[in-house]
Amino acid sequence: MDTHGLKDRLREPAPAPAKLARGLGWFSIALGVAELVMPRTVARVCGMQVGATTVQMYGLREIATGVGILFADDPRPWLWGRVAGDVMDASTLAAHTDLDDAQSMRRTGVALANVAAITAIDVYAARNWREEEGPPMYDYRDRIGMPRSPEQMRGLARKDFEMPRDMRTPEALRPWTAEPSQGNEKATQTPAVSVAPASESAVEAGAASTPAAPAGTPITPSSIAPAGSPVTPTSPL
Amino acid sequence: MRALRWHGKHDIRCDNVPDPEIEHPRDAIIKMSACAICGSDLHLFDGFMPGMKSGDIMGHEFMGEVVEVGSANKALKVGDRVVVPFTITCGECDQCKRGNFSVCERSNRNKDIAAKAFGHTTAGLFGYSHLTGGYPGGQAEYVRVPYADSTHIKIPDGLTDEQVLFLGDIFPTGWQAAVQCDIEPTDTVCIWGAGPVGQMAIRSAVLLGAKQVIVIDRVPERLSMAEAGGAITINFEKESVIERLKELTQGKGPEKCIDAVGMESHATATVDAMYDRVKQAVMLESDRPHVLREMIYVCRPAGTLSVPGVYGGLIDKIPFGASMNKGLTWRMGQTHVNRWSEDLLRRIQEGQIDPSFVITHTVSMEDGPGMYKTFRDKHDGCIKVVIKP
Repeated sequence: MDTHGLKDRLREPAPAPAKLARGLGWFSIALGVAELVMPRTVARVCGMQVGATTVQMYGLREIATGVGILFADDPRPWLWGRVAGDVMDASTLAAHTDLDDAQSMRRTGVALANVAAITAIDVYAARNWREEEGPPMYDYRDRIGMPRSPEQMRGLARKDFEMPRDMRTPEALRPWTAEPSQGNEKATQTPAVSVAPASESAVEAGAASTPAAPAGTPITPSSIAPAGSPVTPTSPL
Repeated sequence: MRALRWHGKHDIRCDNVPDPEIEHPRDAIIKMSACAICGSDLHLFDGFMPGMKSGDIMGHEFMGEVVEVGSANKALKVGDRVVVPFTITCGECDQCKRGNFSVCERSNRNKDIAAKAFGHTTAGLFGYSHLTGGYPGGQAEYVRVPYADSTHIKIPDGLTDEQVLFLGDIFPTGWQAAVQCDIEPTDTVCIWGAGPVGQMAIRSAVLLGAKQVIVIDRVPERLSMAEAGGAITINFEKESVIERLKELTQGKGPEKCIDAVGMESHATATVDAMYDRVKQAVMLESDRPHVLREMIYVCRPAGTLSVPGVYGGLIDKIPFGASMNKGLTWRMGQTHVNRWSEDLLRRIQEGQIDPSFVITHTVSMEDGPGMYKTFRDKHDGCIKVVIKP
């Protein structure tokens, strides 16, 4: 495989904490949706004796935090928000456990362990997040594709390009106007730049540019489909 | 012969298949010397285009040497070196005569299927589903070219395959995208997507005299290539597209907008992008039109939207009220390759542009299947893959 001399310039993978933050964002949304749509199940699994509305409020908080992490340019405040939410969750778990029920106690213990683990991950992500950036390891800034700089090449094709009539902007919408003149907010129809394509006058005069040939006239460039090519009446396929 | 064949979603293989044969007097058989993986091939790879069958040969951007011609084909002879346009054109129907080659009325041999999907048939395409004729594609050692007396671009000596290969698709596609904008010297042209078509559109817009060309993407190497072509870049993952466009256009928005992305836009962390992804996953929407929505929103009133990016089916939540009330002009379609061939070939010969700048990888047929994923995932700095037999 020829990679055109680029093989040894491998792109640095995205920083792990940035990926982790995105993962936490989606996790937050998923957990929030679960809390929102099945609050009693969530409460039971966690061994809590708490109302469905409370769990649903916590679910909304999770969703908001998750969306914030995914949307923000800098998700760190939202990640710290998750840490604060973890503390709330742990407090709620501890406060609403049925201390007389061994099964509830076991479930709350597991839930608290999970909260502790996810808190550690949240803190790690919040402290270590950094933007996915750095200079591109594949630098194509020398691939101009033109013999001179873009500034020197700008507009070169206007000298000899015949704009097809069917692709022209409607006359009423062109050309784009200059800034409105003083005291006249209505845009002027005067071209802001006097440069016109060489073919403009021909087009304006109604001369048939290549694609605007009258219906029925073959317009295929002769070198592509020579005139006089045999006409086959039936489909060849 | 060897050919890259589609066997299902994310399953392209290099197989041995029978050589093609002349089936009609206007045909020709081409011995492929170079072909490319096009961005729109990825829609097939990812399973977003309907109408593919296991065993279909991929590829619609290819060139080679004529090794056999049909008896009625007087335009070609054995030994001619040709680039083959991706749209198959009869050259004789009403649409071809008007220059609307991509909607040729005769070349799609499955026109009934296309008419059911789109209302009317469009041109036959190489290697691009049975909706467009089910023709074997160009990622093969030999290719049968139907209507070959009309569907070819003769290449003179002195030009390399790499310089002219893209005359078959991405170069005229980027060019037509810019032409459809009818660029004025005062225009700002904004291009979504710095892939191969976007790169060609940038250079086309520069050559056609746009005052300012802006490109939107998120892949650093693609943005660096766009800068080389003269574009101001916006990384949509790092900055607000809307705010930056306001800054660059004194709050007025770009006059001309080009969607060089199509149905698989990858906006991140936007509500509409997530909405599209979910709807697409449950088959309630076929395409993801984030770019269209954004273009409508940012385009200057009375501006033009040009859409060379491929869409396949149904899209949702298009702010058409904004489009109507802003008086936007929409121009779109598959590329009328033959319309531009002569002009663009001349520009390559004169040295105005060398489209080979976009090639980042050249591989063998055997390595071709693996490059689909590399290209799709934009790994290894991949922007354009050329396959040699």
